[in-house]
Amino acid sequence: MNTIDHHWQRFTLKQKLSRYAVYLVLIIAFVQSIKSVEVIPEFLLDAPEQMADMFARMWPIDFAYYPVAVHDAMIETLNIATLGTLITLIFAIPLALMNASNIVSSAWCHWISRFFLVSSRSVNSLVWALLFVSIFGPGVIAGVLAIAFRSIGFVGKLLGEAIEEVNMGSIEALKATGASWLSILLKGYWPQVLPAFFSIVLFRWDINVRESAVLGLVGAGGIGVVLDDSMNLFQWDRVALSLLAIFAVVIVAEIVVVNIRKRLI
Amino acid sequence: MAGINSPQNRENPFKQNWFVTATWLIVICYVVYSFQAMGLSWERFSDGLGHASNLLGRMVPPNFSRWSLLLSGLIESLEIAIISSIFGIFLSLFLGLFAARNLMPTWVSTPVRMLIALCRTFHPVIIAILFVKSVGFGALAGILTLIVASVGFIAKLFAEAIEEISLKQVEAIRATGAGFTSIILFSVMPQVFSRFIGFSTYQLDSNLRNSTMVGIVGAGGLGGTLFSAFQRFDYDFVAAILIVIIALIMFGEFLSNIVRRIFR
Repeated sequence: MNTIDHHWQRFTLKQKLSRYAVYLVLIIAFVQSIKSVEVIPEFLLDAPEQMADMFARMWPIDFAYYPVAVHDAMIETLNIATLGTLITLIFAIPLALMNASNIVSSAWCHWISRFFLVSSRSVNSLVWALLFVSIFGPGVIAGVLAIAFRSIGFVGKLLGEAIEEVNMGSIEALKATGASWLSILLKGYWPQVLPAFFSIVLFRWDINVRESAVLGLVGAGGIGVVLDDSMNLFQWDRVALSLLAIFAVVIVAEIVVVNIRKRLI
Repeated sequence: MAGINSPQNRENPFKQNWFVTATWLIVICYVVYSFQAMGLSWERFSDGLGHASNLLGRMVPPNFSRWSLLLSGLIESLEIAIISSIFGIFLSLFLGLFAARNLMPTWVSTPVRMLIALCRTFHPVIIAILFVKSVGFGALAGILTLIVASVGFIAKLFAEAIEEISLKQVEAIRATGAGFTSIILFSVMPQVFSRFIGFSTYQLDSNLRNSTMVGIVGAGGLGGTLFSAFQRFDYDFVAAILIVIIALIMFGEFLSNIVRRIFR
Protein backbone atom coordinates (compact mmCIF):
# COMPACT_ATOMS: atom_id res chain seq x y z
CA MET A 1 0.00 0.00 0.00
CA ASN A 2 2.66 2.37 1.06
CA THR A 3 4.65 2.08 -2.16
CA ILE A 4 1.65 3.02 -4.31
CA ASP A 5 0.91 6.11 -2.23
CA HIS A 6 4.48 7.27 -2.61
CA HIS A 7 4.55 9.83 -5.40
CA TRP A 8 7.72 10.54 -7.32
CA GLN A 9 8.82 14.09 -6.81
CA ARG A 10 11.48 15.85 -8.77
CA PHE A 11 12.70 18.16 -6.01
CA THR A 12 13.04 17.78 -2.27
CA LEU A 13 11.03 20.02 0.04
CA LYS A 14 14.10 22.11 0.82
CA GLN A 15 14.83 22.66 -2.88
CA LYS A 16 11.23 23.67 -3.50
CA LEU A 17 11.15 26.08 -0.57
CA SER A 18 14.39 27.77 -1.57
CA ARG A 19 13.16 28.12 -5.16
CA TYR A 20 9.92 29.69 -4.01
CA ALA A 21 11.90 32.01 -1.75
CA VAL A 22 13.91 33.23 -4.75
CA TYR A 23 10.72 33.85 -6.76
CA LEU A 24 9.14 35.66 -3.80
CA VAL A 25 12.16 37.91 -3.28
CA LEU A 26 12.22 38.70 -6.99
CA ILE A 27 8.53 39.62 -7.05
CA ILE A 28 8.87 41.82 -3.96
CA ALA A 29 11.92 43.57 -5.42
CA PHE A 30 10.10 44.05 -8.72
CA VAL A 31 6.93 45.48 -7.17
CA GLN A 32 8.94 47.75 -4.90
CA SER A 33 11.01 49.02 -7.83
CA ILE A 34 7.98 49.64 -10.04
CA LYS A 35 6.35 51.59 -7.22
CA SER A 36 9.26 53.86 -6.42
CA VAL A 37 10.97 54.37 -9.77
CA GLU A 38 10.44 57.82 -11.23
CA VAL A 39 8.84 57.22 -14.58
CA ILE A 40 6.65 59.87 -16.13
CA PRO A 41 3.83 58.02 -17.92
CA GLU A 42 3.28 60.87 -20.39
CA PHE A 43 6.82 60.36 -21.66
CA LEU A 44 6.18 56.68 -22.24
CA LEU A 45 2.96 57.38 -24.16
CA ASP A 46 4.75 60.01 -26.18
CA ALA A 47 7.62 57.64 -27.06
CA PRO A 48 6.37 56.20 -30.38
CA GLU A 49 5.74 59.68 -31.76
CA GLN A 50 9.17 60.91 -30.65
CA MET A 51 10.78 57.78 -32.07
CA ALA A 52 9.08 58.33 -35.43
CA ASP A 53 10.21 61.96 -35.38
CA MET A 54 13.79 60.86 -34.72
CA PHE A 55 13.81 58.39 -37.61
CA ALA A 56 12.23 61.00 -39.87
CA ARG A 57 15.06 63.40 -39.05
CA MET A 58 17.61 60.66 -39.72
CA TRP A 59 16.34 60.21 -43.27
CA PRO A 60 17.91 60.74 -45.81
CA ILE A 61 21.27 59.58 -44.46
CA ASP A 62 24.03 62.11 -45.15
CA PHE A 63 26.44 59.86 -47.07
CA ALA A 64 28.44 62.85 -48.29
CA TYR A 65 29.78 63.24 -44.74
CA TYR A 66 31.49 59.82 -44.83
CA PRO A 67 34.78 60.83 -46.52
CA VAL A 68 34.88 64.11 -44.54
CA ALA A 69 35.07 62.73 -40.99
CA VAL A 70 33.52 59.32 -40.51
CA HIS A 71 36.10 57.28 -42.43
CA ASP A 72 39.12 58.51 -40.44
CA ALA A 73 37.23 58.22 -37.15
CA MET A 74 36.25 54.64 -37.98
CA ILE A 75 39.90 53.71 -38.70
CA GLU A 76 40.84 55.34 -35.41
CA THR A 77 38.17 53.30 -33.62
CA LEU A 78 39.56 50.07 -35.08
CA ASN A 79 43.08 51.12 -34.08
CA ILE A 80 41.92 51.83 -30.52
CA ALA A 81 40.30 48.41 -30.29
CA THR A 82 43.29 46.54 -31.72
CA LEU A 83 46.05 48.38 -29.88
CA GLY A 84 44.02 48.20 -26.65
CA THR A 85 43.69 44.44 -27.05
CA LEU A 86 47.45 44.10 -27.61
CA ILE A 87 48.34 46.26 -24.58
CA THR A 88 45.96 44.18 -22.45
CA LEU A 89 48.16 41.14 -23.09
CA ILE A 90 51.14 42.79 -21.34
CA PHE A 91 49.15 42.87 -18.09
CA ALA A 92 46.82 39.93 -18.60
CA ILE A 93 49.41 37.22 -19.32
CA PRO A 94 51.35 37.66 -16.02
CA LEU A 95 48.08 37.88 -14.08
CA ALA A 96 46.76 34.75 -15.82
CA LEU A 97 49.97 32.89 -14.92
CA MET A 98 49.64 34.06 -11.32
CA ASN A 99 46.01 32.97 -11.25
CA ALA A 100 46.62 29.45 -12.61
CA SER A 101 46.97 27.00 -9.72
CA ASN A 102 49.21 24.60 -11.67
CA ILE A 103 51.85 27.30 -12.21
CA VAL A 104 51.87 29.32 -9.01
CA SER A 105 50.74 27.52 -5.90
CA SER A 106 50.82 30.38 -3.40
CA ALA A 107 47.39 31.46 -2.19
CA TRP A 108 48.62 35.03 -1.79
CA CYS A 109 49.42 35.29 -5.48
CA HIS A 110 45.94 34.00 -6.33
CA TRP A 111 44.29 36.62 -4.18
CA ILE A 112 46.38 39.46 -5.57
CA SER A 113 45.78 38.47 -9.18
CA ARG A 114 42.07 37.88 -8.56
CA PHE A 115 41.76 41.33 -6.98
CA PHE A 116 43.21 42.98 -10.09
CA LEU A 117 41.13 40.86 -12.46
CA VAL A 118 37.86 41.54 -10.62
CA SER A 119 38.43 45.28 -10.28
CA SER A 120 39.28 45.53 -13.97
CA ARG A 121 35.99 43.86 -14.87
CA SER A 122 33.84 45.74 -12.35
CA VAL A 123 34.67 49.19 -13.69
CA ASN A 124 32.87 49.82 -16.95
CA SER A 125 34.89 50.81 -20.01
CA LEU A 126 33.21 54.23 -20.08
CA VAL A 127 34.25 54.83 -16.48
CA TRP A 128 37.79 53.73 -17.28
CA ALA A 129 37.67 56.16 -20.21
CA LEU A 130 36.50 59.00 -17.92
CA LEU A 131 39.41 58.28 -15.59
CA PHE A 132 41.98 58.23 -18.39
CA VAL A 133 40.51 61.31 -20.05
CA SER A 134 41.04 63.21 -16.82
CA ILE A 135 44.62 61.88 -16.64
CA PHE A 136 45.83 62.14 -20.25
CA GLY A 137 43.34 64.66 -21.59
CA PRO A 138 40.82 63.94 -24.35
CA GLY A 139 42.17 61.85 -27.20
CA VAL A 140 43.14 58.46 -28.49
CA ILE A 141 45.54 57.56 -25.69
CA ALA A 142 42.72 57.59 -23.11
CA GLY A 143 40.65 55.33 -25.35
CA VAL A 144 43.46 52.81 -25.88
CA LEU A 145 44.20 52.59 -22.15
CA ALA A 146 40.49 52.35 -21.23
CA ILE A 147 40.05 49.42 -23.62
CA ALA A 148 43.27 47.82 -22.34
CA PHE A 149 42.39 48.10 -18.65
CA ARG A 150 38.82 46.98 -19.18
CA SER A 151 39.94 43.83 -21.04
CA ILE A 152 42.53 42.67 -18.50
CA GLY A 153 39.92 40.99 -16.31
CA PHE A 154 38.27 39.12 -19.17
CA VAL A 155 41.44 37.93 -20.91
CA GLY A 156 43.26 37.15 -17.65
CA LYS A 157 40.43 35.08 -16.21
CA LEU A 158 39.79 33.01 -19.35
CA LEU A 159 43.49 32.56 -20.09
CA GLY A 160 44.11 31.42 -16.50
CA GLU A 161 41.36 28.84 -16.85
CA ALA A 162 42.83 27.64 -20.15
CA ILE A 163 46.24 27.23 -18.51
CA GLU A 164 44.71 25.21 -15.68
CA GLU A 165 43.21 22.76 -18.20
CA VAL A 166 46.61 21.94 -19.72
CA ASN A 167 47.59 18.26 -19.88
CA MET A 168 50.39 17.88 -17.32
CA GLY A 169 52.03 14.90 -19.07
CA SER A 170 54.22 16.92 -21.40
CA ILE A 171 55.07 19.35 -18.60
CA GLU A 172 56.35 16.47 -16.46
CA ALA A 173 58.33 15.12 -19.40
CA LEU A 174 59.99 18.51 -19.84
CA LYS A 175 60.71 18.78 -16.11
CA ALA A 176 62.36 15.35 -16.21
CA THR A 177 64.80 16.57 -18.86
CA GLY A 178 65.88 19.34 -16.48
CA ALA A 179 64.39 22.12 -18.62
CA SER A 180 64.46 25.59 -17.13
CA TRP A 181 61.36 27.39 -15.88
CA LEU A 182 61.18 29.55 -19.00
CA SER A 183 61.49 26.68 -21.46
CA ILE A 184 58.79 24.74 -19.59
CA LEU A 185 56.50 27.74 -20.06
CA LEU A 186 57.41 28.26 -23.71
CA LYS A 187 57.63 24.65 -24.88
CA GLY A 188 55.25 22.92 -22.45
CA TYR A 189 52.39 25.27 -21.64
CA TRP A 190 52.42 27.67 -24.58
CA PRO A 191 51.78 25.18 -27.44
CA GLN A 192 48.86 23.74 -25.49
CA VAL A 193 47.13 27.04 -24.72
CA LEU A 194 47.84 28.52 -28.16
CA PRO A 195 44.39 27.80 -29.73
CA ALA A 196 42.58 28.99 -26.60
CA PHE A 197 44.80 32.07 -26.47
CA PHE A 198 44.01 33.14 -30.02
CA SER A 199 40.30 32.50 -29.66
CA ILE A 200 40.13 34.48 -26.37
CA VAL A 201 42.03 37.40 -27.88
CA LEU A 202 39.89 37.43 -31.01
CA PHE A 203 36.70 37.23 -28.97
CA ARG A 204 37.81 40.15 -26.83
CA TRP A 205 38.82 42.11 -29.92
CA ASP A 206 35.29 41.67 -31.24
CA ILE A 207 33.87 43.05 -27.97
CA ASN A 208 36.43 45.88 -27.98
CA VAL A 209 35.37 47.01 -31.46
CA ARG A 210 31.86 47.54 -30.08
CA GLU A 211 33.10 49.26 -26.94
CA SER A 212 35.60 51.56 -28.64
CA ALA A 213 32.78 52.90 -30.81
CA VAL A 214 31.18 54.58 -27.77
CA LEU A 215 34.30 55.76 -25.92
CA GLY A 216 34.25 59.00 -27.90
CA LEU A 217 31.12 60.09 -26.03
CA VAL A 218 33.34 60.92 -23.06
CA GLY A 219 36.08 62.31 -25.30
CA ALA A 220 38.33 59.28 -25.71
CA GLY A 221 38.64 59.34 -29.50
CA GLY A 222 37.17 57.33 -32.35
CA ILE A 223 33.78 57.39 -34.05
CA GLY A 224 32.06 58.27 -30.77
CA VAL A 225 33.42 61.83 -31.00
CA VAL A 226 31.81 62.28 -34.43
CA LEU A 227 28.58 60.76 -33.11
CA ASP A 228 28.57 63.03 -30.07
CA ASP A 229 29.31 66.16 -32.11
CA SER A 230 26.59 65.52 -34.65
CA MET A 231 24.13 64.75 -31.87
CA ASN A 232 24.91 67.95 -30.01
CA LEU A 233 24.35 69.85 -33.27
CA PHE A 234 21.09 67.93 -33.89
CA GLN A 235 22.39 66.72 -37.27
CA TRP A 236 20.45 63.47 -37.13
CA ASP A 237 21.27 62.54 -40.72
CA ARG A 238 24.95 62.43 -39.72
CA VAL A 239 24.08 60.50 -36.54
CA ALA A 240 22.39 57.94 -38.78
CA LEU A 241 25.51 57.71 -40.94
CA SER A 242 27.75 57.13 -37.89
CA LEU A 243 25.37 54.47 -36.57
CA LEU A 244 25.33 52.77 -39.95
CA ALA A 245 29.14 52.80 -40.08
CA ILE A 246 29.35 51.29 -36.56
CA PHE A 247 26.77 48.67 -37.52
CA ALA A 248 28.69 47.67 -40.64
CA VAL A 249 32.05 47.46 -38.87
CA VAL A 250 30.63 45.43 -35.96
CA ILE A 251 29.02 42.94 -38.34
CA VAL A 252 32.20 42.61 -40.43
CA ALA A 253 34.32 42.16 -37.27
CA GLU A 254 32.01 39.43 -36.02
CA ILE A 255 32.10 37.57 -39.35
CA VAL A 256 35.92 37.79 -39.46
CA VAL A 257 36.26 36.51 -35.89
CA VAL A 258 33.81 33.64 -36.40
CA ASN A 259 35.66 32.52 -39.53
CA ILE A 260 39.11 32.65 -37.95
CA ARG A 261 37.89 30.81 -34.85
CA LYS A 262 36.35 28.08 -36.99
CA ARG A 263 39.75 27.51 -38.60
CA LEU A 264 41.63 27.60 -35.29
CA ILE A 265 39.53 25.11 -33.37
CA MET B 1 78.26 5.38 -26.68
CA ALA B 2 79.10 7.71 -29.52
CA GLY B 3 75.61 7.36 -31.01
CA ILE B 4 73.91 8.86 -27.98
CA ASN B 5 75.39 12.31 -28.15
CA SER B 6 76.58 12.83 -31.67
CA PRO B 7 75.92 16.49 -32.42
CA GLN B 8 75.67 16.17 -36.20
CA ASN B 9 72.23 14.68 -36.73
CA ARG B 10 70.38 16.21 -33.82
CA GLU B 11 67.04 17.59 -34.93
CA ASN B 12 65.21 20.33 -33.11
CA PRO B 13 62.29 18.48 -31.50
CA PHE B 14 60.21 21.64 -31.43
CA LYS B 15 58.98 22.48 -34.89
CA GLN B 16 58.86 26.09 -35.93
CA ASN B 17 55.25 27.14 -36.41
CA TRP B 18 55.48 29.54 -39.35
CA PHE B 19 51.88 30.69 -39.03
CA VAL B 20 52.45 31.89 -35.46
CA THR B 21 55.78 33.53 -36.31
CA ALA B 22 54.16 35.39 -39.19
CA THR B 23 51.33 36.52 -36.89
CA TRP B 24 53.82 37.96 -34.39
CA LEU B 25 55.66 39.79 -37.19
CA ILE B 26 52.39 41.32 -38.41
CA VAL B 27 51.54 42.34 -34.85
CA ILE B 28 54.88 44.14 -34.41
CA CYS B 29 54.51 45.96 -37.74
CA TYR B 30 50.97 46.93 -36.75
CA VAL B 31 52.03 48.35 -33.37
CA VAL B 32 54.69 50.53 -35.02
CA TYR B 33 52.18 51.70 -37.64
CA SER B 34 49.40 52.44 -35.16
CA PHE B 35 51.61 54.42 -32.82
CA GLN B 36 52.51 56.64 -35.76
CA ALA B 37 48.99 56.80 -37.16
CA MET B 38 47.46 57.90 -33.87
CA GLY B 39 50.27 60.23 -32.86
CA LEU B 40 50.96 58.46 -29.58
CA SER B 41 54.27 59.48 -28.08
CA TRP B 42 56.26 58.90 -24.95
CA GLU B 43 56.15 62.58 -23.87
CA ARG B 44 52.37 62.55 -23.94
CA PHE B 45 52.36 59.43 -21.83
CA SER B 46 54.92 60.60 -19.27
CA ASP B 47 53.12 63.96 -18.99
CA GLY B 48 50.00 62.01 -18.11
CA LEU B 49 51.74 60.04 -15.39
CA GLY B 50 52.27 63.28 -13.45
CA HIS B 51 48.55 64.03 -13.75
CA ALA B 52 47.79 60.48 -12.65
CA SER B 53 49.60 60.83 -9.34
CA ASN B 54 47.90 64.20 -8.83
CA LEU B 55 44.50 62.64 -9.56
CA LEU B 56 45.07 59.66 -7.28
CA GLY B 57 46.24 62.04 -4.55
CA ARG B 58 43.00 64.00 -4.82
CA MET B 59 40.96 60.78 -4.75
CA VAL B 60 42.54 59.37 -1.67
CA PRO B 61 40.28 60.18 1.20
CA PRO B 62 37.02 59.15 -0.54
CA ASN B 63 34.38 61.68 0.36
CA PHE B 64 31.16 60.11 1.60
CA SER B 65 29.73 63.37 2.96
CA ARG B 66 27.12 63.61 0.17
CA TRP B 67 25.87 60.12 0.94
CA SER B 68 22.20 60.99 0.35
CA LEU B 69 22.93 61.84 -3.30
CA LEU B 70 24.96 58.65 -3.60
CA LEU B 71 22.20 56.58 -2.03
CA SER B 72 19.44 57.94 -4.27
CA GLY B 73 21.57 57.22 -7.36
CA LEU B 74 22.34 53.74 -6.09
CA ILE B 75 18.68 52.95 -5.47
CA GLU B 76 17.72 54.20 -8.91
CA SER B 77 20.43 52.01 -10.47
CA LEU B 78 19.15 49.00 -8.55
CA GLU B 79 15.57 49.69 -9.64
CA ILE B 80 16.62 50.03 -13.27
CA ALA B 81 18.55 46.75 -13.06
CA ILE B 82 15.71 44.81 -11.41
CA ILE B 83 12.87 46.07 -13.61
CA SER B 84 14.81 45.70 -16.85
CA SER B 85 16.06 42.23 -15.92
CA ILE B 86 12.58 40.95 -15.13
CA PHE B 87 11.02 42.36 -18.30
CA GLY B 88 14.04 41.26 -20.30
CA ILE B 89 14.00 37.70 -18.93
CA PHE B 90 10.24 37.42 -19.48
CA LEU B 91 10.49 38.63 -23.09
CA SER B 92 13.51 36.43 -23.81
CA LEU B 93 11.65 33.37 -22.57
CA PHE B 94 9.18 33.77 -25.43
CA LEU B 95 11.56 35.17 -28.02
CA GLY B 96 14.00 32.34 -27.30
CA LEU B 97 11.26 29.75 -27.84
CA PHE B 98 10.21 31.42 -31.08
CA ALA B 99 13.79 31.63 -32.31
CA ALA B 100 14.58 27.92 -31.76
CA ARG B 101 14.76 26.33 -35.19
CA ASN B 102 13.88 22.83 -34.00
CA LEU B 103 10.54 23.91 -32.52
CA MET B 104 9.36 26.61 -34.88
CA PRO B 105 8.92 26.80 -38.65
CA THR B 106 11.46 28.94 -40.51
CA TRP B 107 9.03 31.77 -41.18
CA VAL B 108 8.72 32.33 -37.42
CA SER B 109 12.30 31.71 -36.33
CA THR B 110 14.09 33.78 -38.99
CA PRO B 111 12.46 37.16 -38.23
CA VAL B 112 12.78 36.58 -34.48
CA ARG B 113 16.44 35.69 -34.87
CA MET B 114 17.00 38.86 -36.87
CA LEU B 115 15.30 40.91 -34.16
CA ILE B 116 17.54 39.34 -31.51
CA ALA B 117 20.65 39.96 -33.62
CA LEU B 118 19.62 43.59 -34.04
CA CYS B 119 19.33 43.95 -30.25
CA ARG B 120 22.87 42.61 -29.90
CA THR B 121 24.75 44.68 -32.47
CA PHE B 122 24.67 48.06 -30.77
CA HIS B 123 26.41 48.86 -27.54
CA PRO B 124 23.97 49.66 -24.70
CA VAL B 125 25.20 53.25 -24.61
CA ILE B 126 24.15 53.88 -28.20
CA ILE B 127 20.73 52.35 -27.54
CA ALA B 128 20.53 54.51 -24.40
CA ILE B 129 21.17 57.66 -26.47
CA LEU B 130 18.34 56.79 -28.84
CA PHE B 131 15.97 56.10 -25.93
CA VAL B 132 16.97 59.29 -24.12
CA LYS B 133 16.00 61.14 -27.28
CA SER B 134 12.64 59.40 -27.55
CA VAL B 135 11.48 59.11 -23.89
CA GLY B 136 13.49 61.90 -22.30
CA PHE B 137 16.05 61.89 -19.50
CA GLY B 138 15.58 59.58 -16.56
CA ALA B 139 15.18 56.02 -15.44
CA LEU B 140 12.72 55.00 -18.15
CA ALA B 141 15.34 55.35 -20.89
CA GLY B 142 17.73 53.22 -18.83
CA ILE B 143 15.10 50.53 -18.28
CA LEU B 144 14.23 50.32 -21.98
CA THR B 145 17.92 50.19 -22.93
CA LEU B 146 18.72 47.34 -20.59
CA ILE B 147 15.61 45.41 -21.69
CA VAL B 148 16.95 45.53 -25.25
CA ALA B 149 20.43 44.46 -24.06
CA SER B 150 18.97 41.58 -22.01
CA VAL B 151 16.90 40.30 -24.93
CA GLY B 152 19.96 40.36 -27.17
CA PHE B 153 21.91 38.21 -24.75
CA ILE B 154 19.47 35.82 -23.03
CA ALA B 155 17.18 35.14 -25.98
CA LYS B 156 20.12 34.23 -28.21
CA LEU B 157 21.72 31.82 -25.73
CA PHE B 158 18.34 30.41 -24.70
CA ALA B 159 17.45 29.66 -28.33
CA GLU B 160 20.81 27.92 -28.76
CA ALA B 161 20.18 25.88 -25.59
CA ILE B 162 16.77 24.79 -26.90
CA GLU B 163 18.27 23.75 -30.21
CA GLU B 164 20.58 21.36 -28.34
CA ILE B 165 17.85 19.50 -26.41
CA SER B 166 17.14 15.81 -26.86
CA LEU B 167 14.01 15.35 -28.98
CA LYS B 168 13.21 11.94 -27.45
CA GLN B 169 11.43 13.49 -24.50
CA VAL B 170 9.50 15.79 -26.80
CA GLU B 171 8.36 12.76 -28.75
CA ALA B 172 7.38 10.90 -25.59
CA ILE B 173 5.22 13.77 -24.38
CA ARG B 174 3.72 14.21 -27.85
CA ALA B 175 2.84 10.50 -27.88
CA THR B 176 0.60 11.03 -24.84
CA GLY B 177 -1.47 13.43 -26.94
CA ALA B 178 -0.30 16.57 -25.19
CA GLY B 179 -0.91 19.97 -26.76
CA PHE B 180 1.74 22.48 -27.73
CA THR B 181 1.84 24.25 -24.34
CA SER B 182 2.22 20.99 -22.47
CA ILE B 183 5.01 19.89 -24.79
CA ILE B 184 6.88 23.11 -24.05
CA LEU B 185 6.20 22.95 -20.30
CA PHE B 186 6.93 19.27 -19.69
CA SER B 187 9.50 18.26 -22.26
CA VAL B 188 11.41 21.37 -23.35
CA MET B 189 11.54 23.52 -20.22
CA PRO B 190 12.84 20.85 -17.79
CA GLN B 191 15.81 20.28 -20.09
CA VAL B 192 16.81 23.92 -20.47
CA PHE B 193 15.51 25.63 -17.34
CA SER B 194 18.70 25.47 -15.29
CA ARG B 195 20.69 26.91 -18.18
CA PHE B 196 18.05 29.62 -18.59
CA ILE B 197 18.48 30.54 -14.92
CA GLY B 198 22.24 30.62 -15.48
CA PHE B 199 21.92 33.08 -18.38
CA SER B 200 19.39 35.16 -16.43
CA THR B 201 21.55 35.53 -13.33
CA TYR B 202 24.50 36.43 -15.54
CA GLN B 203 22.40 39.07 -17.26
CA LEU B 204 21.14 40.39 -13.92
CA ASP B 205 24.79 40.90 -12.98
CA SER B 206 25.53 42.53 -16.26
CA ASN B 207 22.45 44.78 -16.02
CA LEU B 208 23.62 45.85 -12.57
CA ARG B 209 26.97 46.86 -14.08
CA ASN B 210 25.38 48.62 -17.03
CA SER B 211 22.78 50.40 -14.90
CA THR B 212 25.64 52.28 -13.26
CA MET B 213 26.84 53.30 -16.73
CA VAL B 214 23.79 54.34 -18.79
CA GLY B 215 23.50 57.44 -16.58
CA ILE B 216 26.53 58.89 -18.37
CA VAL B 217 24.28 59.68 -21.34
CA GLY B 218 21.38 60.76 -19.13
CA ALA B 219 19.43 57.53 -18.70
CA GLY B 220 19.23 57.59 -14.90
CA GLY B 221 21.08 55.88 -12.09
CA LEU B 222 24.46 56.25 -10.46
CA GLY B 223 26.24 56.92 -13.78
CA GLY B 224 24.78 60.43 -13.99
CA THR B 225 26.04 61.23 -10.50
CA LEU B 226 29.45 59.84 -11.44
CA PHE B 227 29.65 61.81 -14.68
CA SER B 228 28.72 65.11 -13.05
CA ALA B 229 31.23 64.47 -10.26
CA PHE B 230 33.90 63.98 -12.94
CA GLN B 231 32.90 67.18 -14.69
CA ARG B 232 33.06 69.15 -11.44
CA PHE B 233 36.50 67.64 -10.67
CA ASP B 234 35.15 66.28 -7.36
CA TYR B 235 37.61 63.41 -7.49
CA ASP B 236 37.14 62.42 -3.86
CA PHE B 237 33.41 61.99 -4.50
CA VAL B 238 34.28 60.05 -7.70
CA ALA B 239 36.37 57.67 -5.60
CA ALA B 240 33.45 57.18 -3.19
CA ILE B 241 31.07 56.42 -6.10
CA LEU B 242 33.54 53.96 -7.65
CA ILE B 243 33.94 52.13 -4.33
CA VAL B 244 30.15 51.87 -4.00
CA ILE B 245 29.83 50.57 -7.59
CA ILE B 246 32.49 47.89 -7.07
CA ALA B 247 30.88 46.85 -3.77
CA LEU B 248 27.46 46.68 -5.44
CA ILE B 249 28.78 44.50 -8.26
CA MET B 250 30.56 42.13 -5.89
CA PHE B 251 27.38 41.85 -3.83
CA GLY B 252 25.45 41.12 -7.04
CA GLU B 253 27.88 38.35 -7.98
CA PHE B 254 27.55 36.87 -4.50
CA LEU B 255 23.73 36.85 -4.77
CA SER B 256 23.70 35.34 -8.24
CA ASN B 257 26.06 32.58 -7.07
CA ILE B 258 23.52 31.71 -4.37
CA VAL B 259 20.64 31.68 -6.88
CA ARG B 260 22.64 29.53 -9.28
CA ARG B 261 23.38 27.03 -6.50
CA ILE B 262 19.69 26.80 -5.59
CA PHE B 263 18.60 26.13 -9.17
CA ARG B 264 21.35 23.69 -10.06
